[in-house]
Amino acid sequence: MVYLSRLISDSHLDKEKEVHGSEAFSTSVYGSRWDIEPIPKYSLPDNEMPAKIAYKLIRDDLQLDGNPVLNLAAFLTTYMEEEAEKLMAENISKNFIDYEEYPMTVELQTRCVNIIANLFNAPKNDDAIGVSTVGSSEAMMLAVLAMKRLWKKRREAEGKPTDKPNIVMSASVQVCWEKAARYFEIEEKFVYLSEGKYILDPEKAVELVDENTIGIAVILGSTYTGHYEDVKAVNDLLLAKNKKTGWDVPIHVDAASGGFVAPFVNPDLVWDFRLELVRSINVSGHKYGLCYPGIGWALWKSKKYLPDELVFNINYLGSNQASFTLNFSKNASNVISQYYVLIRLGRQGFTSIMENLMGIADYLASRLEATKKFEILSDRNGNGVPLVAFRLKAKDIHYDEFDVAHRIREHQWIVPSYTMAPNIQHIKVLRVVVREDFSRERCDLFVADLMHTIDYLDKVDKETLHIKRNAGRSWKALKSISLMTFNSQSHKTNGVC
Amino acid sequence: MVFLSNAVSDTRLKDKNESGQALFSTCVYGSRWTKEPIPKYSLPEEEMPSHIAYKLIKDDLQLDGNPVLNLASFVTTYMEEEAEKLMAENLSKNFIDYEEYPVSVELQNRCVNIIARLFNAPMDNPEAEAMGVSTIGSSEAIILAVLAMKKRWQKRRIAEGKPTDKPNLVMAASVQVCWEKATRYLEIEEKFVFLTEGTYILDPVKAVELVDENTIGVCVILGSTYTGHYEDAKTVNELLKQKNEENGWDVSIHIDAASGGFVAPFVNPDLVWDFRLDLVRSINVSGHKYGLCYAGIGWAIWKSKEYLPEELIFNVNYLGSDQASFTLNFSKGAANVISQYYILIRLGRAGFTSIMKNLMEIADYLAQKLEDTNVFDILSDRNGNGLPLVAFKLKIKDIHYDEFDVAQRLRERGWIVPAYTMAPHTQHIKLMRVVVREDFSRERCDILLQDLMATVELLNKLDKDTIFKKRTSTANWNLLKSVTRATFGGVKNESHKTNGVC
Repeated sequence: MVYLSRLISDSHLDKEKEVHGSEAFSTSVYGSRWDIEPIPKYSLPDNEMPAKIAYKLIRDDLQLDGNPVLNLAAFLTTYMEEEAEKLMAENISKNFIDYEEYPMTVELQTRCVNIIANLFNAPKNDDAIGVSTVGSSEAMMLAVLAMKRLWKKRREAEGKPTDKPNIVMSASVQVCWEKAARYFEIEEKFVYLSEGKYILDPEKAVELVDENTIGIAVILGSTYTGHYEDVKAVNDLLLAKNKKTGWDVPIHVDAASGGFVAPFVNPDLVWDFRLELVRSINVSGHKYGLCYPGIGWALWKSKKYLPDELVFNINYLGSNQASFTLNFSKNASNVISQYYVLIRLGRQGFTSIMENLMGIADYLASRLEATKKFEILSDRNGNGVPLVAFRLKAKDIHYDEFDVAHRIREHQWIVPSYTMAPNIQHIKVLRVVVREDFSRERCDLFVADLMHTIDYLDKVDKETLHIKRNAGRSWKALKSISLMTFNSQSHKTNGVC
Repeated sequence: MVFLSNAVSDTRLKDKNESGQALFSTCVYGSRWTKEPIPKYSLPEEEMPSHIAYKLIKDDLQLDGNPVLNLASFVTTYMEEEAEKLMAENLSKNFIDYEEYPVSVELQNRCVNIIARLFNAPMDNPEAEAMGVSTIGSSEAIILAVLAMKKRWQKRRIAEGKPTDKPNLVMAASVQVCWEKATRYLEIEEKFVFLTEGTYILDPVKAVELVDENTIGVCVILGSTYTGHYEDAKTVNELLKQKNEENGWDVSIHIDAASGGFVAPFVNPDLVWDFRLDLVRSINVSGHKYGLCYAGIGWAIWKSKEYLPEELIFNVNYLGSDQASFTLNFSKGAANVISQYYILIRLGRAGFTSIMKNLMEIADYLAQKLEDTNVFDILSDRNGNGLPLVAFKLKIKDIHYDEFDVAQRLRERGWIVPAYTMAPHTQHIKLMRVVVREDFSRERCDILLQDLMATVELLNKLDKDTIFKKRTSTANWNLLKSVTRATFGGVKNESHKTNGVC
């Protein structure tokens, strides 16, 4: 037959299907049978599917993920240069822990630790030590483990009980502090906030320290309001108390956000290893360290603050290494990306970026203030991380910050609203985090939309608002159907991050 | 001047622009960054162009090994192009941000569902549904499982008015190092069932014997890292059930299926090791081993809500969205979770079965060939009774070289085949291990065999002295490599293994 097309009969189709399966006559994504069948969700499908179909189906699903650019809620980096992304993609198959196989990758971690330790003014003659982690959660847990163990050893040497360790911290700590305390069975001694006082009160903190205190956690960059807590004051007061009592309570600085901001924008602020009692610091590479999610750093002033028993000497696939992490195998691409950012930007690059972000944050704060509708809770001029925490000025109106957040979501902006930490949970706040790609232009667009929102809410009546609130709640419940929720949480549940 | 070129004088060549770049070359190898040492110890003062940063780092990384010849690791080193593309496109997503990336999180849910069913989690009671979570790897999954077991045990003891200061965990001495980390960090005593010559896995009777009122659980390994064996979960279950009944206890079993979880169901479906057993309450599996994903994904599954104490779960309001969180890591990349989902739907049962059967066959083929040489003894099992790996040792005892020398010599040919000593109390046994991963084809296997035999031949010819010299020089070289990394004196009385054989 020359150039005559054959019509494929049904019986033929069936026969082909028997032989070739349903791909017989179409493996184009949308022509294939996988396009009309529900995507496998609950159990392993019996058969394979072609690679490009799997790719496209998943990609299509993921289109429903949000647009990170309008997400003003998260600190996490959402933009990296093309070269950085390329480098990550090329190294995505590497297992970081395999030192024998990937010695250079591990060498890059070492360089990052050196660079960051120096940035935090680790003493030059001592042997500061550090490790890459998946994020500040892991870093902070390692630091807590170290502090607990050191305290325990001292107590045992003194013949005293070790069953009631506690840690002093402000009630505005990020939720991972509470996880660490709970998982490692340490009592949390909170310094509660008060109206106008959104950060740790150094006096109250040191007052809470007793013989069972393993350490004080001080935050450089509160997640609620961006403030830097006064590490120096805590250090001075704690030094005095330690001297008086013969204790040796250390300070750990949670610099998750502030660690890559303060040194560039506020270099006179003394908060790091320059302070005597600061023995360990954590910082997130994926916040102002400008890397994609999955990289954090834990640093200790010296080897002596890392108890030997917690460090495992392992022979991994032929190579001796010291290991102190919670995760073992993990992807190498994140560590490599941090090194890229550090050498690509250098001090000058970081300073340029952070100064810009500061400038924009301050600009946003003053524009919001100028509307006379909002009160600013965060600090300015580089005294905190680049974010703006604000609340509604007027008290007796029929809407609140949560309504504003909800309504502005309809303009596609994600601006979270939340209640402050204990004991000022009656205060509600909105927060905009200024990330690397939040330009002045975008800022202006945001303010315009925010004012539209306020306008709308001012006009809308109480009833309509109430209906909207309930609708929002039920929709969320629907979304969460496959997620478990648990009851009864006695302390804050705001994992505001 | 029309069409006349300016020759650039020396002084001008040295000129730099405001940002300090040498004006006349920003091509990578013409730039000043090529001859200056790359920043290593402190933050460089100035920026450098992005393409230069990229190339300098890439060049450094060329010195990393070639994963294809690495026969030591279980961790996946090959994924399809489409999978890599999917991962690269989702690198910027923070998995924990449910509000922003609800679908990425939904994909985790689907994976948990699929894997829980694969492990025969009971599906008949909506009040007691299985639960699970994605982790960075089995280490995190295990720590979470141990936390859950410890807390459950504590609650029971407190209700009975009994002390809770001495929890312990029973396990084979051949557990992976992360078990020891978990017990040490969470202050739990390790009760080891030691190995004996010829018995390279947990002895169920001995294990259950060790269980006492302070035992929070028994760990059973599906796929020992030393020899690939599957420990006998069924027998442990039966014996433990009896003991529980006799004493009124409720000691659980946790299955460390890091490697075996994605092999046994396809190659050995009759093996009963999972949630079908009464006392198996939690299981961990690595997505990045035979789950066929790149490093950075593992799974922890619990039989039901009952085995996850509420106090350990945090209700977090993350950026406006309520979620229940039980992980050690918070923010992490979403790409790895997405890649696992890709694998599961791409392969399905048929795909996994094909791959695992192939790997089994190649492993058995390799074992057979090694045996045929009459130079090696095989310690691992065959026919799907263990992982697709071959653990072997030299047959002859009194020769002047050992397994470590063989490994060293093979390394010179590019192959990484680790040599290590067995777990306590069998440390006198040395062995080598080849892990058969997805991309270890029969062809590659034949080349390995060739090189292995050539190595043995050479070692047979070399005299004792030469071998000793080689050993010392290697030890020094390893030391040199480690100069920038801190080494610790090592814990005194490191009574158990330091082999983080994985």
